[in-house]
Amino acid sequence: MTQPVANCPNCGAKITFQWPSSVQTVCTYCQSILVRSDVDIKKVGQVADLPPDSSPIQLNTEGVYKNKAFVVAGRILYEYEQGGWNEWHIVMNDGSSAWLSDAQNEFAVSFPAKVPLQFLPTSAQVRVDQQYVWNGVTYIVTAITTAHYKGVEGELPFQYWDKTDVIFADCRTHTGEFATLDYSDEQPTLYLGEFVDFDNLKLKNLRQFEGW
Amino acid sequence: MGAGQPPFPPQPPRPPQPPGAPATPVKPQVKALNCPQCGAAITLRSFQQAVTVVCESCHSILDAKDPKLTVLQQFKAATNETRPMIPLGTRGKLRGTDYEMIGFQRRSIFADGERYDWHEYLLFNPYKGFRYLSEYQGHWNDISVCKSEPTVESRLVSRANYLGEYYRHFQTAEATTSFVLGEFPWQVRVGDPVIVMDYVKPPRLLSYEKDKQSGEVTWSIGEYIYGKEIWQAFKLQGQPPEPIGVFENQPSPNTINLKQVWGFFLLLCVALLGLMVLSDLFSSDKQVFNATYHVAPGAPKGEASFVTDVFELKGRESNVEVVTEADVSNSWIYLNYALIDQDTGRAWDFGREVSYYSGRDSDGNWTEGSRKDKVIVPSVPAGHYYLRIEPETDAQHPAINYSVTVYRDVPVFGFFGWGLLLLFVPVAFLTFKAISFERARWAESDHPILQTESD
Repeated sequence: MTQPVANCPNCGAKITFQWPSSVQTVCTYCQSILVRSDVDIKKVGQVADLPPDSSPIQLNTEGVYKNKAFVVAGRILYEYEQGGWNEWHIVMNDGSSAWLSDAQNEFAVSFPAKVPLQFLPTSAQVRVDQQYVWNGVTYIVTAITTAHYKGVEGELPFQYWDKTDVIFADCRTHTGEFATLDYSDEQPTLYLGEFVDFDNLKLKNLRQFEGW
Repeated sequence: MGAGQPPFPPQPPRPPQPPGAPATPVKPQVKALNCPQCGAAITLRSFQQAVTVVCESCHSILDAKDPKLTVLQQFKAATNETRPMIPLGTRGKLRGTDYEMIGFQRRSIFADGERYDWHEYLLFNPYKGFRYLSEYQGHWNDISVCKSEPTVESRLVSRANYLGEYYRHFQTAEATTSFVLGEFPWQVRVGDPVIVMDYVKPPRLLSYEKDKQSGEVTWSIGEYIYGKEIWQAFKLQGQPPEPIGVFENQPSPNTINLKQVWGFFLLLCVALLGLMVLSDLFSSDKQVFNATYHVAPGAPKGEASFVTDVFELKGRESNVEVVTEADVSNSWIYLNYALIDQDTGRAWDFGREVSYYSGRDSDGNWTEGSRKDKVIVPSVPAGHYYLRIEPETDAQHPAINYSVTVYRDVPVFGFFGWGLLLLFVPVAFLTFKAISFERARWAESDHPILQTESD
């Protein structure tokens, strides 16, 4: 894996990209949100201290999904009425990237789906219990959540900062698949994946909990 | 250290630290707080996962997300309130994973004017997340939230399909939380109503729960677990309470699968049938002797006995069938037989009667008896034999002709019937036991098994 090196335009600290396709990262020293273009790295914002959360995953946690090793490169942290909720950006050893979400220790791995926009409901249309067929699988909308954006950490495959409230529609199937409709941007983005068992991910370099 | 010892060499200047050096990640710790209502100590065991936490001393439900722990609700609790059998904060290893008991609630349903209570224990592991134990009258379930959506099929008794398996509807009820302790990763309130529907496929239990206010639906999947396993996991004192009655998803104590039992029974029937066929095939069923005799009319009672010609019985020790046919008509003949081994003198004695009556009365023609009689003499070794026959008849009898035929090694089917009966008895018993258990299970449901007796 290439590790392009640059310097933080804010504090001069060394910036390392673990993943060549990363677009955004956070300077680990000064918490500047940095966005990479072809020519340079620009500071676009500043991360406030992330609120404490209890995900057992952290940056650089390693695991295995479908026989591919992955490492956690970044995350987006949300809060909703049931507590913290993390979308961990994971980079697979084949160079692809995916999301490992952790909502109250319910883990799911999902990938951005290539489904034409016309098959995705808008945030105004989507309702709980609606069913959609994507890639031949019937998904049922089980929850629509308004999440409060709380911050980012590490590397992300796109620019993502300065958000407030974001609507998500979570979908399930009869056979363990999982989908999220992300209404962060004007146009919805669909992620398709499945629920995963914690043990099956064979996670290493997990966070420590006092007393556990 | 001597006084002349030079001072420590000056430390090299530290390299300038960039501002805000990366802090080592903070280890989440169990939080100790105080109740804003009564000041009692409150512990948050599930780190940031707790949404509501209950003050054990003043029964205030507090907002765990709020650093000030705003009081959300206060409820009354009787002083003799049921305490959790697994105390808050107890750790145990349940089925390979360490869990800590962090929340307890009593939930109640009202049916037929009676209150039924069950208890739920919330278990937490910071890596594996949440798991639940439920207890009703000594019956326990190990429960987790479903990750796949079940499908409900409405029929006479609706059923739910979960991951390809069918669960039968057991009961629908409205439940309320009536007592809480500890912390929960959701908004818990005393008195909030939920609709619960249970579907069973012992030992599993599929539960639907719909919050009446928010409309939020949760499906969970449980498995019946014996109290003993929980007591061992959490190293609890004493013995788990003895379960009362039959629980909705309790596995039948008849560990035998009835389908298998019946399958095995049918298999044995087929085997028996096969044996019958084989015994028929392997029986030589050979006629070894035949003769016809005559009793003159009016011959005196107790006519002298006579012996037949010698005939040979061959092969393995086997049976002998003696067939007597007499042309009796409204009369009878009684024959005292002895089958005698010519060489050893060993004798098998038996008496046979042949009688046949017929006539006509108000009901029409009738007959009684038969002109033919068969008898089996079992286990006769090979050898040379003869019959001694002593006929007896009525003094006023007409002339009677009778024939005696001897067959060697005939197939016998009678004991197969007994074998079948012997096999059937335990099968019937097991079936009855299983049906009684299922009846007890479903008696508590919305769909009791109908009884013919008054019930």
